Amino acid sequence: MQTTHHKPFHLEYAPSIESTDIVKIEAKNKLFIDGKFVEPTSKKYFSTVNPATGSTLAQIADANAKDVDLAVKSARKAYSKVWSKMSGKDRGKYLFRIARLIQEHARELAVLETLDNGKPIKESRDIDIPLVAAHFFYYAGWADKLDYAIPGKDVKPLGVVGQVIPWNFPLLMAAWKIAPALACGNTVVIKPAETTSLSILLLAQIFQEAGLPDGVVNIVTGAGETGAAIVNHNDINKIAFTGSTEVGRIIQKAVAKTDKKLTLELGGKSAHIVYEDAAIDQAVEGAINGIFFNQGHVCCAGSRLLLEESIASEFVDKLKTRMETLRVGNPLDKNTDIGAINSAAEHSKIQKLIQTGISEGGEYFEPTSSQLPEKGFFQKPCFFNNVSSAFTLSRIEVFGPVLAISTFRSVSEAIAKANDTQYGLAAGIWSEKGSKIHKTAAGLKAGVIWANTYNKFDPSSPFGGYNESGFGREGGRHGLFPYLSI
Amino acid sequence: MRTISVQKEDGNQIAIQAYPIDEVGANERADFFTKRSLKKDSKLSALYLAMSMCDLTTLEGADTPGRVRQMCAKARNPVPPEMIAPLLEKKGFAPVPSVAAVCVYPSMVPHAVEALHGSGILVASVSTAFPSGQAPLQVKIDDTSFAVENGASEIDMVINRGAFLSGDYQTVFDEVVAIKKACKDAHLKVILETGELGSYDHVRLASEIAMEGGADFIKTSTGKVTPAATLPVTLVMLQAIKDFEKRTGKKIGMKPAGGIRTSKQAIQYLCMVNEVMGPDWMNPQMFRFGASALVNDLLKQIFKEAAGHYYYDKAFAQD
Repeated sequence: MQTTHHKPFHLEYAPSIESTDIVKIEAKNKLFIDGKFVEPTSKKYFSTVNPATGSTLAQIADANAKDVDLAVKSARKAYSKVWSKMSGKDRGKYLFRIARLIQEHARELAVLETLDNGKPIKESRDIDIPLVAAHFFYYAGWADKLDYAIPGKDVKPLGVVGQVIPWNFPLLMAAWKIAPALACGNTVVIKPAETTSLSILLLAQIFQEAGLPDGVVNIVTGAGETGAAIVNHNDINKIAFTGSTEVGRIIQKAVAKTDKKLTLELGGKSAHIVYEDAAIDQAVEGAINGIFFNQGHVCCAGSRLLLEESIASEFVDKLKTRMETLRVGNPLDKNTDIGAINSAAEHSKIQKLIQTGISEGGEYFEPTSSQLPEKGFFQKPCFFNNVSSAFTLSRIEVFGPVLAISTFRSVSEAIAKANDTQYGLAAGIWSEKGSKIHKTAAGLKAGVIWANTYNKFDPSSPFGGYNESGFGREGGRHGLFPYLSI
Repeated sequence: MRTISVQKEDGNQIAIQAYPIDEVGANERADFFTKRSLKKDSKLSALYLAMSMCDLTTLEGADTPGRVRQMCAKARNPVPPEMIAPLLEKKGFAPVPSVAAVCVYPSMVPHAVEALHGSGILVASVSTAFPSGQAPLQVKIDDTSFAVENGASEIDMVINRGAFLSGDYQTVFDEVVAIKKACKDAHLKVILETGELGSYDHVRLASEIAMEGGADFIKTSTGKVTPAATLPVTLVMLQAIKDFEKRTGKKIGMKPAGGIRTSKQAIQYLCMVNEVMGPDWMNPQMFRFGASALVNDLLKQIFKEAAGHYYYDKAFAQD
């Protein structure tokens, strides 16, 4: 028998910080129009901050309507003179080259994404950037096969497309938009979110390195007014937007009186259903990944956890234990699981909704273990248990690490509760019983349904929503349709 | 969920739940721990801890008293005192701990006991017709009693996989109970031989049967079958231990064995134990590595942390 008594041993993880030496951030970042970096005619710049410290990273050009017009003109010229005339095979070559260069610059892109966005380096390195490259590889393969995309149909590009993307996956959303547009023969004017412009500007350098013809992709940085200038420009053939439902409504109204095509990928309040016959430990992990991945800044986040009542208390106990081990902190630390909230505005919005949740009477839990850094915008992961469907947190998208938990008693009640929302982007089902998964999936009104996993993305799989989560699909063969005249 | 029922010696039935395990999810969760990055002080403390958790093992047909004595000398002093002296002058460096135990066949137990006398290092013995377990129960009991009577303080038994895979859970349970009895005061580690069980569902069920039968530790593998220990299979067993503790209050130990050769792997296991089980399992009473090659790699890494460069492989004794 062991004679010595062993004390509990606390294994501390010393900081393991990814070096930022690999990235060179320009003090002033210009617009990317007609293959060149150019001063904005507005002469105005705004700051972008590192959300983990609150300090300014760089100045970003603020594009006005005139800049957007220059970008559209450049895209139109590139469309009619070069890109629409090029064979699909040759367009594919450019896309393959871009994909390979993204892989070569992967570390640089990951560090820059983490600095500007606040997401953990572990995620930008292992998820975002590999998926960005995969998306370009995937659509590169389609470029010379468009004739076979829709059997019996002759397809043509649309022309110039205007794209507006969010800040939660800055480079990945750029890839989702740019890769299919270019594969189909369109040219692009794209606006990143004003808080996360840097990584797409590095992508612009990759376009230059790849020798992409001038004007095929134009990047105009700025906030809402810049976006409005794109949406309202009369020489744009299609608008693709990913972002909030609120802005999506404004865009749909603006586009309604034109012949522009439109796709919207908007908010969500996705249900994550766990049946009593699920593999519980893996389902707990799925719930964690569903809501705390990327600080919960995920449009398809599993923000409503629906537990079969017979396992609810066991499940919630396990969830609490697991949440105690989540490491919130410096996004550049390789051991960080939850990084910084992207901006002060988002942070205060999340905190306000948590206060609402508390005042409405949900049972609040946050882990006691994690200490938040003093500077920067950080939020502890948390959940509300026994939330009613009428509560704010069951209906309003928080877009942060806040989970709402409620219970159900049967398959039909699970489906009814899951569908009791104005959104319909995604859903998750956990059960070891295949027939139950199929029955549930058939009843759910959601664009993406995961079974026994969550937040899995692949370029070959279409993504998009029902109802107020928007319309149109991105990814896969379906992701070609919005960029083609059929 | 499937429930199996086994009968205890007193005639009472106990129900054992066959908890389903999602294989993809378990593999992903285990992979998470390969992304942890331990540097500097954290790394050093993990290396020392791993060393103190090693069961230095020789289980060969060719084992001799001489070979066992050699290994026991290494167990006492993984590195000669003269070699460690310069290291101790550095800040934060402590003497390298001895390993937790040596693990040998029953016939070698008397030699190991003699060689380790006074060292505090435990002698563990495999038994029950290791590694196949294909022998009559009485032979398995005698095998175990021989080891215990000759001074083994830990017994590593193998479960009856033939019985398990044919659905005869009662026999598996009865054998664990019988060997536990034959162990007397010795600790019982129950080897599931996960590489032969075919699924994580089976690993989980075998873990439950072993713990209900009286295991003090559950152990992945004999080291004679591929795959031996893996991170996900260890995770599945740790989660079974965690649930068992919640149900019964009993804390069961865990020993992955076979295939763990590098410090990097050992640190991944320790991060997993740390985050899944917590600090109570972070000691040799509750967690062991069944490994031999690992010891030298730990030494290599400890010396590298002190000296700032890697030592020549030949700097450390092979056995």
